[in-house]
Amino acid sequence: MTLDTNLTHIASADEWKKILEENENVMICCGRMGPMCIPVYGIMEELEDEYKHVKFADMLFDLPDAAVIRNAPEAKGFMGLPFTMYYKNGKVVKATSSIQSMEQVRAILDEQFGKPQN
Amino acid sequence: MTQSNHYDAIVIGAGPAGLTAGIYLSRAKLNTLILNHGTVGGQLVLTHEIANYPGVEPTSGYKLASTMKKQAQSFGAVIKTISQIPQISVDGSLKVVKVGDTSYTASALILTPGGTPRMLGVKGELDFKGQGISYCATCDGEFFTGKEIIVVGGGNSALEEAVSLSKYASKVTIVHQFDHFQAFPAYVEEAKANPKINFIMETLVEEFVGDGKLERVLLHDKKTGERKWFNTEGAFIFIGYQPNTEFLKGLIDLNERDEIVVDADMQTSVAGIFAAGDSIAKRYRQVTTAVGEATIAALAAANHVFELKRTEKVTA
Repeated sequence: MTLDTNLTHIASADEWKKILEENENVMICCGRMGPMCIPVYGIMEELEDEYKHVKFADMLFDLPDAAVIRNAPEAKGFMGLPFTMYYKNGKVVKATSSIQSMEQVRAILDEQFGKPQN
Repeated sequence: MTQSNHYDAIVIGAGPAGLTAGIYLSRAKLNTLILNHGTVGGQLVLTHEIANYPGVEPTSGYKLASTMKKQAQSFGAVIKTISQIPQISVDGSLKVVKVGDTSYTASALILTPGGTPRMLGVKGELDFKGQGISYCATCDGEFFTGKEIIVVGGGNSALEEAVSLSKYASKVTIVHQFDHFQAFPAYVEEAKANPKINFIMETLVEEFVGDGKLERVLLHDKKTGERKWFNTEGAFIFIGYQPNTEFLKGLIDLNERDEIVVDADMQTSVAGIFAAGDSIAKRYRQVTTAVGEATIAALAAANHVFELKRTEKVTA
């Protein structure tokens, strides 16, 4: 079961692990098709072509395997969907909860992974 | 380096109003550009269910917005996402829209910038967003199962969402700044009949505090002037919308609430600049009203463009 977006979907903990192993910079949005989540998916879809050095993916919050994100120490205290995780070399470097703006997402991507080289 | 691109019409915003304008303009064979800042679909995509859009069976706002987008593109409207707020100026009959280093010109402009959920703007609000403070009951309600929460606001959304949240929370306290609600009577009656819902009226929320997650809010009683801390693990804020019109100040007339003032043709105080949707001065804000206004704006804008073309041709 996956989300209805145009992003790469992660459907299991194994797929999550594989994406982290194969990509240096990863942004994963873990949510549902709800009002606070959809704008973040939209932002990721918009930025995907620009930030070619970042792997963008999503994961359905209700999957049992999404516990890898739901139960991450960095998400402790989160009480708002979506849970968005930023990984560098497999380690969480930033995590946000609830809706984020394009400017906020860009700022995190630039700070953690560097601006796109065009 | 500056690039220049001319269109018959430019639409600022891609919510229901902007997309409708795009559909009408491109169907009229006008070269149309829609510049969008944010999510295509605007506030519509944030609506869980649309049940009163004529001719469409109950559907999600996301799906309806996706259909509108495809429809506009199918007729030739170009949608561009912009990360910067556009700067608009007028040069004779030309409207100039500058986005970063790129300038776009058009004979007509339709403004549909929409609105943004209003924040309280008090200390601690940003710190606890997603960690106790939420703006969406359907998204985050279950995180507050068995917890005591507050709902801030007194309109339809606040009352409706308070009832919805009572399915999860052990207790819901509605905090409202006035002595009466702005919501429809049916919503108020339903909330008042709910044993889990309490009310604190004529009171302002002044601060949020906690250690990692929300623990307390500071309430200010407007009648007595008294301030006291109120323990709560969650706060849901539903206090309306702010029109996204800051970038239009000085260009067109706005009212005291920063809403765009338009005439019956949806034309603003500047000839050839039209507006529609949640950012205009009006009483009711619905998808259907936005779509209706955008239809009028697009037809009037198309007429404006055709008239300019005819005049220029005659003059030439």
